[in-house]
Amino acid sequence: MLAIAAALFAIGLFGVMARRGVLFQLLSLEIMLSGPALAFVAAGSARGDPQGQGMFILILVLAAAEVAIGLSLYLRLSRIADVTDSDSISDLQG
Amino acid sequence: MNGFVLWAGATALLAALMTVTRTTIVHALMYLVAMLLALAAMFFALGASFAGALQILVYAGAIVAVFVFVVMTVEAGPAIAAQERARLRGAWRGPALLVALLLVPLLAGLVPGTAAALPVSAKAVGALLFGPWALAVELASFLLLAALLGARHLARRTPEDGQ
Repeated sequence: MLAIAAALFAIGLFGVMARRGVLFQLLSLEIMLSGPALAFVAAGSARGDPQGQGMFILILVLAAAEVAIGLSLYLRLSRIADVTDSDSISDLQG
Repeated sequence: MNGFVLWAGATALLAALMTVTRTTIVHALMYLVAMLLALAAMFFALGASFAGALQILVYAGAIVAVFVFVVMTVEAGPAIAAQERARLRGAWRGPALLVALLLVPLLAGLVPGTAAALPVSAKAVGALLFGPWALAVELASFLLLAALLGARHLARRTPEDGQ
């Protein structure tokens, strides 16, 4: 079970590093977050402890907030500067 | 039951791999939904039915719906897909090597255990969240509120949008 969680995390990390499209990187971040979530739930169910699912809910909230902020930043960038991949925002300045 | 967990896990891994290698965003999203649902199946099989229900409702329902809304508002023509494909063709080896280097110690540190899954009821999770973990729930609600306001602020239309 933990091997599956680690592999999910690794696949997500690969996606974040290999892709350049911001949307694809956000999708990969979702995969990355679901690896630890699976690890928490599996550990909680192995011990019959509800704290694993509690941590899963906190991860869920974090993922929702991150997706909301990330997607609205992406919308803003694509609307103002016609940016779709993260290479072209390497020269950000205030 | 253990076999079902492994099967669902293999499905989730396959779908995750497909998600990070698709060049069309909608295809990647569909594979992401498949991965999230396979993960929910794992949660149900592990006896974590509350987490499984939340996985379906919030991840596969709400978060993917937000992605779909954003995909609908941006241009995603064949040109962008071709560009993504050309970019992915050359640049996947370095990250794959790094990830493999990361994965080796992660997997080497695992000890094979045969833990039987003990069901955890939603009642127990609720008692945990609204008892000892009430502060964490409050912090999570603050985080969500900040994300809501931030998203509202960032995505609003302003005069410099030119529309």
